[in-house]
Amino acid sequence: MADQIDTKPYVGQSIERVEDGILLTGRARFSDHQPTVTGTLHAAMLRSPHAHAEIVSIDKSKALAMPGVSAVLTGQDLTEMASAFLIVIKQPMQHYSLAVGKARYVGEPVAVVVATDRYKAEDALDAIEVEYRVLDAIVDPQKATKPGAPILYEEVGDNVVSTREFSYGEPDKAFAEADRVIKLTAPYPRNSQTPMEGFVVNADYIADTDSYDVASNYQGPFTSHPVMALALGVPSSRLRMRVPAFSGGGFGVKVQIFPYVVLMCLCSKVAGHPVKWVEDRLEHLSAAAAAPNRVTEIEAAVKNDGTVTAFRFDQLDDYGAYLRAPMPGPLYRMHGTLTGAYHIENLAVRNRVVMTNKCPSGMIRGFGGPQMYFAIERLMHRVAVELGLDPLDVIRKNLVPAGSFPYRAAAGALFDSGDYQTAVERAVNEGGLEDLKRRRDAARADGKLYGIGYSVVVEPAQSNMGYLSNILPAEERRKNPKGGAVSNATVNVDPLGTVSVTADSLPQGQGHATVLSQIVADELGLTPADISVNMELDTQKDAWSIATGNYSARFSSSTTVAAHKAAVKVRNKVARIASVTLNVPADQLEFADGKIFAANNPENSLKFYRVAGSAHWTPGSLPDDMDPGIRETGTWSPPELEPPNDQDQINTSLTYGFVFDYCGVEIDRDTGQVHIDKYVTMHDSGTLLNPLLADGQVYGAFSWAIGCALFEEFAYGDDGSFLSGTFADYLCPTAPEVPEPLILHMETPSIFTPLGAKGIGEGNVMSTPACLGNAVCDALDIETVSLPMTPSKISALIHAEETPPPAGGAKQAAPAPAGTGRVIKGSGETTVPAAPDEVWRTLLDPDKLAAVIPGCHSLDKVGDDSYRADVSLGVGVVRGRFRASVDMSDMDPPNSVRLSGGVQGPLGASKGAGNVRLKAVDGGTHVTYDYTVEISGKVAAVGGRMLEGAARIVIGQFFQRLVSQVGGKTAAAGTSPAGETLWQRILRAFGIGR
Amino acid sequence: MKPKAFDYMRANSVDEAVAGLAKTGEGARILAGGQSMVPILNFRLADPELLIDISRIKELDYIKIDGNAVQIGAATRQAKVMAWPELADRIPLLAKALPHVGHFQTRSRGTICGSLAHADPSSEIPLCLAMLDGEVILKSASGERRLAAADFQTGMLSTAKRDDEMLVAARFPIAEAGTGYAFDEMAQRRGDFAIVAVAATVSASKIRLGVGGVADKPTIVEWGNIAGDELDDALNAFAWELGGYDDVHATARYRRELVRRLGRRVIEEART
Amino acid sequence: MSELSGTARHNISFTLNGETVSGSAEPRMLLTDFLNYELGLTGNHVGCEHGVCGACTLLIDDNPERGCLTFAVQVDGRDVKTVESLAGREGDLNDLQLAFRKHHALQCGYCTPGVLMSLTAYLEHTPEPNEEELRDMLSGHICRCTGYVGMVKAALDVVEQRKAKA
Ligand SMILES: Cc1cc2nc3c(=O)[nH]c(=O)nc-3n(C[C@@H](O)[C@H](O)[C@H](O)COP(=O)(O)OP(=O)(O)OC[C@H]3O[C@@H](n4cnc5c(N)ncnc54)[C@H](O)[C@@H]3O)c2cc1C
Ligand code: FES
Ligand code: FES
Repeated sequence: MADQIDTKPYVGQSIERVEDGILLTGRARFSDHQPTVTGTLHAAMLRSPHAHAEIVSIDKSKALAMPGVSAVLTGQDLTEMASAFLIVIKQPMQHYSLAVGKARYVGEPVAVVVATDRYKAEDALDAIEVEYRVLDAIVDPQKATKPGAPILYEEVGDNVVSTREFSYGEPDKAFAEADRVIKLTAPYPRNSQTPMEGFVVNADYIADTDSYDVASNYQGPFTSHPVMALALGVPSSRLRMRVPAFSGGGFGVKVQIFPYVVLMCLCSKVAGHPVKWVEDRLEHLSAAAAAPNRVTEIEAAVKNDGTVTAFRFDQLDDYGAYLRAPMPGPLYRMHGTLTGAYHIENLAVRNRVVMTNKCPSGMIRGFGGPQMYFAIERLMHRVAVELGLDPLDVIRKNLVPAGSFPYRAAAGALFDSGDYQTAVERAVNEGGLEDLKRRRDAARADGKLYGIGYSVVVEPAQSNMGYLSNILPAEERRKNPKGGAVSNATVNVDPLGTVSVTADSLPQGQGHATVLSQIVADELGLTPADISVNMELDTQKDAWSIATGNYSARFSSSTTVAAHKAAVKVRNKVARIASVTLNVPADQLEFADGKIFAANNPENSLKFYRVAGSAHWTPGSLPDDMDPGIRETGTWSPPELEPPNDQDQINTSLTYGFVFDYCGVEIDRDTGQVHIDKYVTMHDSGTLLNPLLADGQVYGAFSWAIGCALFEEFAYGDDGSFLSGTFADYLCPTAPEVPEPLILHMETPSIFTPLGAKGIGEGNVMSTPACLGNAVCDALDIETVSLPMTPSKISALIHAEETPPPAGGAKQAAPAPAGTGRVIKGSGETTVPAAPDEVWRTLLDPDKLAAVIPGCHSLDKVGDDSYRADVSLGVGVVRGRFRASVDMSDMDPPNSVRLSGGVQGPLGASKGAGNVRLKAVDGGTHVTYDYTVEISGKVAAVGGRMLEGAARIVIGQFFQRLVSQVGGKTAAAGTSPAGETLWQRILRAFGIGR
Repeated sequence: MKPKAFDYMRANSVDEAVAGLAKTGEGARILAGGQSMVPILNFRLADPELLIDISRIKELDYIKIDGNAVQIGAATRQAKVMAWPELADRIPLLAKALPHVGHFQTRSRGTICGSLAHADPSSEIPLCLAMLDGEVILKSASGERRLAAADFQTGMLSTAKRDDEMLVAARFPIAEAGTGYAFDEMAQRRGDFAIVAVAATVSASKIRLGVGGVADKPTIVEWGNIAGDELDDALNAFAWELGGYDDVHATARYRRELVRRLGRRVIEEART
Repeated sequence: MSELSGTARHNISFTLNGETVSGSAEPRMLLTDFLNYELGLTGNHVGCEHGVCGACTLLIDDNPERGCLTFAVQVDGRDVKTVESLAGREGDLNDLQLAFRKHHALQCGYCTPGVLMSLTAYLEHTPEPNEEELRDMLSGHICRCTGYVGMVKAALDVVEQRKAKA
C-alpha cells in the first residue's frame, strides 16, 4: 500500500506515482490528443489481402478523384523518393514502407491515401484497383527451410538468410561422455503484448530546410533514428523526433513504428501539409509486430544424478516477411545467457534466421527470453522426469553456485550478483511449496488432473548495443567493434531554485517520472513533489544517444544511473556555492528538508532554492571556474558492456536478476481448461527503487505471460491468411482470467550499478509460460506441449480417442477439414429438374451463368472457358462487392467440369476450385459437387468464426439458382425468403439449412 | 476502421421505422444496440444505405407478461431484462444464460431482439428462444406476423425476416412447474462468444437439449427421460449429427467433445 | 424524425459532463472521434473500435456504453459523461481515483478512463460486489499493463470506504 512517505531516502519506498493525477483525470495528452496544425491531413493504408503476391499494377486514378483526397502513394513512388531501409545482415532484402514489386504478408501496406479526414481516406482506399498475381505462400518456419519451398527473396535464393554456429567449452566431449542425452523440441508461438494505444505519427515536412518534424509515440531504440534519416535521405539532424510524455503502452512493439514515420514524412512532403496517421486495431494486429515464433531443438548432456554438463541448441527463429532493424535481435540478445541460471560450461549453438509470409517480427517484451527459457526450462523438467528425479532437485543441482559472482557464463554473460539457492529456499518456504504438494496429492486422490511446475530464469537488463555483432564472424566484427550503451538524464535548476528533470527513457506507463523524482529528491534534500519531471523527448533539444529509448528493461539499470550522476553534479555545484557562504568545506555539507547545512552544525544552513538560484541571479559571485546557471547532464555507459571477444563470448546485458516460479494447476477433465490454483514468483532484482512500481511490473508481465501460455497467438492459415484480426480472436486475458500471483522479493544489489538496481519488468514473461507448461505436462504426464495451451488443444491430449459415431444411427456429418487454416472444404448433392445437357448449357452460357452466380452484376467472357464477373457476396448483414474470375477446365460434356478462380475486393480475397458432376436420373440430373476455398484478407482476419458457414451459404446459393434457372422457376434472388420457401427446401437438400 | 457513409434516421415510433424500411428496401437496416452492427460497420463489412435507429422508440422498451409468455420489446436492453426481478422465476433459462452474453458494458446497450435478428450461431439468446419454443413478432408496413423460433433463424446470420420487416418483440414462454432448466457454455474468456453453448430442460418425461456454436444455428433434440449409457449414446449421436467446424479457437472434434460432456453436465444439472 | 443524409454534417447538441456542447457531424462519425477531434476532449480513449477492449467506455444517460459503438448523432439531446466528470473542479480526485493511485491500478493509463467509468456505473448498480463479481464486470476491459490486481484492490477498497461512510 502506498502512503505518502515523508522520510528519506525516497529511493526504496513505495511512493505513489507523480504521473497518476493527470492520467486519472483524463487530462494527459497521448499522441492522438496532441494538438495538430490546422490543415493537417490524415492517412489510411491499403493493405495486401494476400500473403504472397506479385503486384502487377495499381490504378490510383479513381481514388485520386475522390472528394478530399490530396495524395495517393504506392511502393513504386517510394522507390523514387526514398532509399530502402538499412538492415542488420548483409543480404539483398529490400524493405520500403510500402510493398515494392510484391507483397509478402497479409496486411502489408501497398498504398497510402492522404485526405482531409480518416473517413474520406478510407473511402478512397476502396477505389484503388490493384491487380495481384498470387504466389504460393510459406508460413511454417521448418517447411520454409526445405528445398522447393516458396521463396520470399529471390535475390537471396533461400528463406534462411543467416546461419551462425557457436561452441563454448567442449560440448562434443560432454555429450560423448554423458550418461544420458535428453532432447526436446520446444516450439514457441507468435504473439505480442499489443499495447492499448497503437502507433500514432504526425509528420511535417519543412521545405525551407528540407527537414522533417515528427511527433509520434516512438519508443526507440534510437539506433533506428539513423535508419530513418538515411531512408529519407536527410542528415539525421534534420529528422526531428518528438515524443510526448505519455504513451499508451509499448512493450517493445512501438520500436517498429519507424517505417510508418518515414512513410508519413514522405506523405507530408508530397501533400504539402502535416500528415497524421493513427493505427487502428486491425492494422496493429495484422501488421505492427509479433515476437518471432521459434522452433528450438534442445539437448542436454546429463549424468544420472541430474547434473547437466552441456546444452546443444538449434534455434530456428521466424522473422516473418521483413527483417526490420534491430531484427534479428531476439535471437542474439539472450546469447550470453544461453545456459540460463545454470552452471553449465559446455554449449553448442546453431542460430538460423528464417523468413516466412507473416507479419514482420519485432522487439516484444522479453525480447528473445520467452522463446529461450521455454526451451531450457521445459528441458530441465524432462531431465527430471526421465531420470526419475524431483524437478526442483534437478534445478537446485545445476544452479550457478552462490559465492561465485560475478559469474561468467559459458557464452559470455557476466552475472553481476545473486544468491540463487537462497532465493529458491526462501520461495519454497514463504510460498508454501509443501502445502501445494499436499493439495496436488489430495486433488489427484480425488481423480483430478493436477500438476506442479517450476522454472528459473536469469533476467537480463540494459542491453549491450554490441549484442547483434555476434551475427557476424569474429574477423568481420574486428573491423568495427561495437559495445556499450549510453544513457542520458538532465537535471535543471531554474532561477527560483526549483528543479526539473528530463531523461532519455521514453516511458510507457512504468512510472519513470516517479522514480527519477525519488532519486533526484534524495540527492538534493528535497521531496519528490518538489521535482518536476518532463518525460517528453525532442531530438533537437534533449540529450540522447543510440541506446535511447524504452526496451530491454533499460531504465532501472541505466537511465536512473545517468539521472543520479546528473543530480550528484548539481549537488556538488550547489554545495560549492553554499560552502562559500556557510564557510564549510563542500564535502562536509548535507542536503535535507530543502536546506543545505553543515554536517556537524545543522543550524548553520541555507535554503536550497536560494543557493541554487544564486547561480542565475549573481553569476559574478560564483567561484571563478564555475559556469553560471545550473543544468547538468549525466551520461553513462557501463564499462562491462564490451564488444564480443574472439571466442564469440559476449556480455549481452549489464545486470542479471533472478526469478524462481512455481505453480499448481488443475485441468478440467471435460473442457480441457487450465485453472491456475496457485502461483508463486520470487524475484531478486537487486535494490528495488520503488517496490510498488516493481510489483506493478511483475503483475503486468505475469498477466501477459498468462496470455502467452493460455490464450494468445497470431494465427495464420496454411495459405498465409491472417486469422486473428480482432480482439475477439486475438485473446488478451481479462480480469477473470488472470489470478493474483504471490510475489516475493529478495534484494541482492547489482555491483555494476551505483543504485544497485536491476531490471524486473520482463522476468515473468520468460518464467511463467515455461512454469505453466511444466505444470500442465506434470498434470497430464506428457512430454511436450505447445503454447498457447488452449482448451481445444488440451482436450485433444486428454480425450484420447473420440467416441465413434453410432453405426447406422444418426447421420454422420461431413468430416471436418484438418488444421486450422482457412481452407474450407465441402461437398453436396442435389437433383435438378432438367436433363444433363440443359444443365451443361447453362453452365457454359454467359448470360445464364450470370443469372446463376449469386449477386452477379455483370459477367464477361474473357477467354474460351474464362469469365470475369462483378459480384456482391455476403451473408446476413455482411456484404461486399468483389471482382471474380472463373475458369473452366477438365470439361467432359455433359458429365463433369472443374471450376476454379477467385474473387477480390475491399473485404478480402478468395480462391478456390470445385468439381461438378452431372448424372442423368429420373426427373432430371443428379448433381454432385465438392469445393475447396481459401479465404484471405479482412474477412478472414475478422470474421473467422463465420467463414465456414458463410462459404456454404454462398455456394449453396449458386446451386439453388442453378436449380431455379434450369428448372424454369424464378430464383429468390434479392429478397429474403419467408416461411417455408423453395430456398429453405433447397438448403435442406444441400444439408445447409438444418 | 471507419464506417462508410450511410443515411441515418432516428425513429420515434414503430410506424416510422417500418415506413423507412418500406421506402428504402434492401438497403435499409435496423440499428438497435449496435453491439454487433457497429463493429461490422467499422470494419466496413457492410454498407447499408440507411440505418434506422430504433433504440429510442419508447413503445418498444418493455417487458410484459402476455398469456403464457413474457414478451420483450425490441428496444429493451439485455441489462434491463437481467435486472427484471421476475426473470429467474419466469424465464429461468434466460436468467442463467444472460450473464454469459458479452459483458456488463455491452449488455447495457445490446438488445434481446437485436441478438435474435443478428442470428449468430453461437449466441445464447437465440438458443434460449429456440429451446423454449418461443416466437418473434415481425412487423412491416403491411402487417404483423409471428414466427416460431425454429422457423425464424434459418442459418448463419440468416433469418426468415423479410427486408421490409423488423422485429418488434420476442416472446419467451413462461417456465413450467416440474421442469428443470440449466445452461452452460465454454468460452475461452469471460464474455466471449461461446465455442459451444448448451441448454437443457428436463421434466419427468422428457429431456430437451439445445446446442449453439456447432451447427449454423441453435439445434435442439428431444429425448425421453433417458440416463446412463443410453444418454451417452444419444449425446454422442447428436454430437456427430451436429458435426462442427474448425476455427482458430477450436477444432470440430473439440466442439463435439463439448456437446457430449457439457451436454451431460447441463442435463444432470437440470434434473436436480 | 427526418432522415439525415449520409454525406452532410448535421448539428447535434448534448450534455457533456454537465455542460451543453454542440457541433456537427456526418451520421457515420463515431462518438469517440467526435469527442476527440471535434470537441478536443482528451479523456476518452480508443483501443479497438470494435467493442471489445473497453477503453472508450463512457456513460450515456448514466449507462456504461462503448463510445466506439455509438454514432455522435445518436447522443443528440442526451447526457454523456466521460472521465473528466469525476474529479472536482480543482482537480481533486474522487474516492475511486484516489484508490486507483494508492493501489497502483494504472500504468500507462490508457485503459483507465474506461475502467473508471465502468466502475462508476457498476458501483451504483452493485454497491457491494465481491471480488469475483468485480472481476466479472472488469472482463469488459482489456488492460495490458497492470494484470488487473491494482484495479480490483482499489475497487474493493472503495466499496469498504463507502460502506463505512453509509
Ligand atoms: C465485446 C462484445 C462481446 C459480445 N459477446 C457476446 C456473446 O457472448 N454472446 C452474444 O450473443 N452476443 C455477444 N455480443 C453481441 C451482443 O452484444 C449484441 O447485443 C447482439 O448480438 C445484437 O444486439 P444489438 O441490440 O446490439 O443489435 P445491433 O447490433 O443493433 O443489430 C444487430 C443486427 O440485427 C439487426 N437488428 C437489430 N434489431 C433489429 C430489429 N428489431 N429488427 C430487425 N433487425 C434488427 C440489425 O440490423 C443488425 O443486422 C457481444 C458484443 C460485444 C461488443
Ligand atoms: S475502443 Fe471501444 S471498446 Fe475498444
Ligand atoms: S494501464 Fe496500460 S492498458 Fe491499462
